[in-house]
Amino acid sequence: MLAPAVSRTCEVRDLGAMRWGAAYALQAELVGQRQRGEIGDQFLLVEHPHVVTMGRNGHASNVLASPEVLAATGIEYYETNRGGDVTYHGPGQLVGYPIVHLNEWKRDVHAYVRALEEVIIRTLADFGVTGERVAGATGVWVGEAKVCAIGVHLSRWVSSHGFALNVATDLQYFQYIVPCGLTKPVTSLRQLGVAASMDEVKSAVCRRFSEVYEYQ
Amino acid sequence: MIDVVMPQMGESIVEGTLTRWLKKPGDKVERDEPLFEISTDKVDTEIPSPVAGTLAETLFEAGAVIGINTVVARINDGAAAADPAPAPAAEAPTLAPDKSVANPAVLEPTGPAPEAPPVPDPQASAPPPPAASAPTPSAAPAPAPAAEPAEAELGLLSPLVRKMARENNIDLATVKGTGAGGRITKEDLESAISAKAAPAPAPAPAAAAPAPAAAAPSAGAPPPPARAEAAKYRIEPMSTMRQKIAEHMLASQETSANVTTVHKVDMTNIAKLRDRQKDAFKAQYGYSLTFLPFVLAATAKALREFPIFNSSIDGKNIVYHNDINIGIAVALDGGLIVPVIQHADEKNVVGLQREVVDLAARARSKSLKPADIQGGTFSVTNFGSFGSVFATPMINQPNVAILGVGTVEKQPVVVNDAIAIRSMCYLANTFDHRLIDGALADQFTGRVKQLLENWSDSVL
Repeated sequence: MLAPAVSRTCEVRDLGAMRWGAAYALQAELVGQRQRGEIGDQFLLVEHPHVVTMGRNGHASNVLASPEVLAATGIEYYETNRGGDVTYHGPGQLVGYPIVHLNEWKRDVHAYVRALEEVIIRTLADFGVTGERVAGATGVWVGEAKVCAIGVHLSRWVSSHGFALNVATDLQYFQYIVPCGLTKPVTSLRQLGVAASMDEVKSAVCRRFSEVYEYQ
Repeated sequence: MIDVVMPQMGESIVEGTLTRWLKKPGDKVERDEPLFEISTDKVDTEIPSPVAGTLAETLFEAGAVIGINTVVARINDGAAAADPAPAPAAEAPTLAPDKSVANPAVLEPTGPAPEAPPVPDPQASAPPPPAASAPTPSAAPAPAPAAEPAEAELGLLSPLVRKMARENNIDLATVKGTGAGGRITKEDLESAISAKAAPAPAPAPAAAAPAPAAAAPSAGAPPPPARAEAAKYRIEPMSTMRQKIAEHMLASQETSANVTTVHKVDMTNIAKLRDRQKDAFKAQYGYSLTFLPFVLAATAKALREFPIFNSSIDGKNIVYHNDINIGIAVALDGGLIVPVIQHADEKNVVGLQREVVDLAARARSKSLKPADIQGGTFSVTNFGSFGSVFATPMINQPNVAILGVGTVEKQPVVVNDAIAIRSMCYLANTFDHRLIDGALADQFTGRVKQLLENWSDSVL
């Protein structure tokens, strides 16, 4: 096990509401800077306007709505290089993009993804919700329903993309897709009876993120 | 030759899925340039090349699950002995486009562009000059297509050699084999590819290219002639949406056995009624009265009488829908959508007209709700509003039929052996012949026609 040799820090950037394409471009830029050692680890937090994104391993059949429907309902559609299948982002959903150099943490993609799940599980616990892992189905689940989706891209051990936690997402929009190709229900903190604001969830996520990834 | 292995991506990870090759055999790669992508558990990882060189061989196809430390590809780093290829010259031209292929940042807009380098490289993509690398005169005048010659002529060929030749458009007949018994080896192919990629030396094309062929556009001959005249076409990648629409349309055509039947309908009664009441209607409801709600009302009634038109196919079962939810096609800029009038049979002409206006307006302002576009059991498309007399609509899957309404116009028709002027309209019914036979389709369309021709109810 590679223990972090030096004290690591992470810069948190709260992007507020930002279109997916713009956030993607920003991530790409930061990944390059991180690879070249120009910056340290970054943790981007953002809420996207309605958007459906398709991962590299996605199947078009998991987008239930036609592109015309997506267009007519004001939902953007992108194909992306992250892992995983199709997902939806929209207002009320907290999206986190950690740009982390795994050489300086652990060179282990499973450890990285399990840690991301751990961040969310601990965050949910802060609001009295018990989140769980399901073997073979990356993400965080509450009972039978998925509350957080995860999909990651690695380039030279620098991560991008990340997680999407439903805080107060209008879950109706998930009808347009088969989330991650799984025909399981989705849920949100709001639906689980948690009235926490987006800002409260953001600060809990940041605290737990720093804890799990052992930042100073 | 350097082996590239499946890397270990974590302590507990013993295998990964190769999701995509970013390079193909014959491509030049730089050190650290992404070669392929693997996927393990929701994480996609780009695997960079350990050395600079030419990707010589790929040992797995995309989709393969590969154990760690298994050799996935081989890269010719130039250290391999007697390779006479003019390496430096060959390397230069492909650099720029390769970078753009590998760089995910080009994904930024909606396009899924990575497969198609946005900057075409004339030297890499143009067909080779006919005889640039051909020592024999046999390949002469025509730009010989790189067809694979018979095995007998060339001796045994490995699948890799065939593949490399095909992908690089190399005519194997022009390649001199240096292997056992004159067999063409991979190295021979690499030399041929390098020779082709390098700017052709002056004498070859001059000697081989016959006069007319020299005028061929972008033949890749020595210094590419400056393009003085204006471009004759423009190439633009299809948007993701356009690609998806293309898929959907083909999928519909491949799913159902489409047949269209057309009935001529006398809309005079309704035209007169509409003329009488349209001003009062507009004053009372705020929107115009069109022919469409009459067609919808008649269709909903006929659907109740012919439930198979309100069904869908599920494997070997027929699913009869109890609700009659009619989708109406609405044209948008660069696309179209089919919002749904739920329980159309429970609404009168006023209510149907209201829904048509509302759904179309919200479709155009992108404010439809998910429920507005779900659950359609039958569709109506009103191409008559664009002046079409009749067309053959595509079925909106998983429906089994769609009714197209042509424009309503006055025509001379024979009524009781006299020529009369009537408001006529063609109704085109495209139905799925897997489930519905022609006779039944005509009974259904005939019933809609009958209801429309005998319309007597007042609207207001």
